[in-house]
Order: sequence, then structure tokens, then C-alpha cells
Amino acid sequence: MGTVAFVLIAGVAVGSALGLVIKRNPIHGALFLVVNLGTVAALYLMLGAEFLAAAQVIVYAGAIMVLFVFAIMVLIPGKEEAGPDPRRGARLLALPVGGLLLLLLVFVVMGRWSGPSAPTGLSGSAGAVGRLLFTSYLFPFELTSVLLLAAMVGVLLLARRRA
Amino acid sequence: MVPESYYVALSAVLFSIGVVGVVIRRNPLVIFMSIELMLNAANLALVAFGQRFGNLDGQAVVFFVMAVAAAEVAVGLAIIVTIFRVRRRLSVDDLSVMRW
Repeated sequence: MGTVAFVLIAGVAVGSALGLVIKRNPIHGALFLVVNLGTVAALYLMLGAEFLAAAQVIVYAGAIMVLFVFAIMVLIPGKEEAGPDPRRGARLLALPVGGLLLLLLVFVVMGRWSGPSAPTGLSGSAGAVGRLLFTSYLFPFELTSVLLLAAMVGVLLLARRRA
Repeated sequence: MVPESYYVALSAVLFSIGVVGVVIRRNPLVIFMSIELMLNAANLALVAFGQRFGNLDGQAVVFFVMAVAAAEVAVGLAIIVTIFRVRRRLSVDDLSVMRW
């Protein structure tokens, strides 16, 4: 049951990621990416990371993707990749190199997989993660707020009419 | 219960697709979205490893990655919009200088 659900969700995730890379229209790519983020949220739920699943839907699928869609709408989509590709040969080379990278990643990560068996039943609830964030990770957590403020000020500066 | 290694393998697949997307696409917005795909793949691996070794720290790191990604997307999109306003076209092949 769990394996079937995983295979289904993983298939949708890989398919939507391929759609993002292959589709010419960036709006279609953005919608594929929303699907992909949703499937990753479902995988978080299956791994027991409930808080992160909710944050994924709210922050990524909600906030970040809305920003992307706005930017695509502003920038007149579909006209950028219409002409012939001046570097077609170099870009075709990306496919075997990507395959090679995949093999390397799987080889390295799976090769190191042996270790102590997992203690089961780790809870990723909002309470558990929040307790960790506000104790061991309190300083980075506060730094995050400074980072977001800096990003906001920087965006305002960049987006002024007379930048 | 699905073994955590499946999640890590899926995350490797998604990461590789994101790398290929960054290399083969010419639209900076799509390149940006491919970077988001790679960040997500890394997050998935972090959660899977955290679950494997019974450690909640991975999930805290994923939270920070999400916050940094949000800031990065805001600044990056502002830069792309500014470049488009100056250049009137949008292809990474044209963008080889840092100032103009």
C-alpha cells in the first residue's frame, strides 16, 4: 500500500519535473513545478514531516510560485526561445552529462547507505520542529528574519522606476 | 513502509533533471524554476536522511532552506525584471556582462 502510493507519487514528481524542463512555454513550466512541489509535500507527509509538508504548500506552492507566475506574466512569455538555438551542440551535450551526474549521485549516495538501523516513529509535527527551531536553532532562526528583511529592501531598491 | 533509500534515489533523479534544465534552457525564468527544483530535491534528501537516522535536525535545515529560497526568488526575479526593462529581451546567451 505504501509502496504503491510512493511509486504513483514519484511517477508524477518525475513527470512534472520533465515537463518543467521540456515545455517551451514558461507558464506551463510554472504549473508543472506547482505539481512537483505538491508531490514533494505528499512525500514529506509519507516521511512523517507534517510541518514541512504544510510549509511546503504554503511557502513554495503558495507564495513563491505566485511570484513566478506574476514575473512570467509581466515579462511576455513564449517569445524568448523562438529562434534557432545558437549553441545547440553544447546544449545537446547536457543530456549525457546529466545522465552521468545521476549515475554518480545514485552511486555515491546509495554506496554509503549501510549504517545503524533507523529508530522508527520520529515525529515531524509542528510542536517538535518548533521546539528544535526555538532552542538549538534560535540564532539562525532570528538571522532568517534579518535575511528576509534585507531581501525585501533589496527588491524595493531594484524595482524602483529609476534604478 | 517505504525504505528511505527510495526517497533519496527519487531526490537524485529530480536533482539531475533540475541540472539538465539549468543547462539546456535559455529563458532565465525557467532556469530559476529548475534551481527551485534542485533545492526541493535536496530538501527531500535531507528529510529522508533525517528520518533514516532518527534525527530532527534535517527538518530544521529544510525550514531554513525554504526561507532562503523565498528571499532568493524575490531578489532574483527583481533582477530579471530589471534586466528585461533595460534590454527588452530575455535570453541568458545575451547576459554575459555584469553591468552595462
